[in-house]
Amino acid sequence: MKKVYGSAAEALDGLLHDGMFIAAGGFGLCGIPELLLAAIRDAGTKDLTFASNNAGVDDFGIGILLQTKQVKKMISSYVGENKEFMRQYLSGELELEFNPQGTLAERMRAGGSGIPGFYTKTGVGTQIAEGKEHKDFPTGPDGANETYIMERGIVADLSIVKAWKADDTGNLVFRKTARNFNPPAAMCGKVCVAEVEEIVPRGSLDPDTIHLPGIYVHRVIQGEHEKRIEQRTVREKA
Amino acid sequence: MPWDRNQMAARAAEELEDGMYVNLGIGIPTLVANYVGDKDITLQSENGMLGMGPFPIDGEEDPDLINAGKQTITELPRTSYFDSATSFGMIRGGKIAAAILGAMEVAENGDLANWMIPGKLVKGMGGAMDLVAGVGKVVVVMDHQNKAGESKLLKECTLPLTGTGVVDRIITNLGVLDVVEGGLKIVECADGVTEEQIRDATEATIV
Repeated sequence: MKKVYGSAAEALDGLLHDGMFIAAGGFGLCGIPELLLAAIRDAGTKDLTFASNNAGVDDFGIGILLQTKQVKKMISSYVGENKEFMRQYLSGELELEFNPQGTLAERMRAGGSGIPGFYTKTGVGTQIAEGKEHKDFPTGPDGANETYIMERGIVADLSIVKAWKADDTGNLVFRKTARNFNPPAAMCGKVCVAEVEEIVPRGSLDPDTIHLPGIYVHRVIQGEHEKRIEQRTVREKA
Repeated sequence: MPWDRNQMAARAAEELEDGMYVNLGIGIPTLVANYVGDKDITLQSENGMLGMGPFPIDGEEDPDLINAGKQTITELPRTSYFDSATSFGMIRGGKIAAAILGAMEVAENGDLANWMIPGKLVKGMGGAMDLVAGVGKVVVVMDHQNKAGESKLLKECTLPLTGTGVVDRIITNLGVLDVVEGGLKIVECADGVTEEQIRDATEATIV
């Protein structure tokens, strides 16, 4: 069982094909698999569908794949920071499926957990609910019925995620809010490739503090990350 | 005098009770954190954090530590981190006591529109639909009228909805209104603002 690869390109070798469906971790530019995204750009794989909370900015994150027109469709909750995205969407070049953020996260978690669908109140009565199965459950006060919609689990061809540390068996540890969508995204892929800041030997991570067990992670690379900050906000020293 | 942004935030902070776990939206709601005083409030950031601290001191920004507005923040002694599925599990599961958020329109039946202007603003709903469907109490903080002087408190929303019948209380620059049976009820006027002025500035039915 060899999980550690030498580079992002090596780790993706044999996994990419045109028209594939990729789930990506990250929130904004925080905890995004920046090295794997760059390698997918370099590989030139086309007609990609991405399930990813955001679409990066024009020159970082998934934005770099929009510049090269490699993306056919995005499944996201918020895409406001990307001008090229807006241009392609408004001109009809790019498909967009908005998912409420929690629905997207749960679709990934469910898909990776063998749950093909689930019911949620999120989006009931909005355009998100159009065309979806509605069902009442007696969850209200005194057993009153409340209406839910069914959302489907996501199973992706490939997951790409970013973690802080991994061991050589693929156990992952994340750091602070860079965890975000990475665990659910990792879970929902038929194959998952993780990029980390440091790969350590097995036995060096405390088993009680592993955030994502290596069973979900098939290939790992270590690399240097830019980790760009999207909104630098600071306060005066007291 | 109508309330300014900080006075609206200060009034919204009065909605929070000791021990609450709360989610604050972007804009004026973010300012609410400045007015909680001695109350023991834990702020949730839906990208995966409970116990959100203030902005970092210059030079101490951490790219791995941001809030849902993608701003750099800090942690507190009580802080915990978790993934997005867990984060929205606690939201959807009703564990978050209240959300304070901005809005473009609110209808008299509690419908909320705050995520999209067709043809103009296509950014996405982020976590807003999950929050309004899941948290215990939804408090909207917004200007009473738009820049054209039209009421943002309507009989029916004209923009795509974020949620139906979800708003409990609205805090505007003119006062505080509750969503009740049959319409909106004025519960408080800003200093020097009369009920008559609020009625004149409101399209929604006031009961």
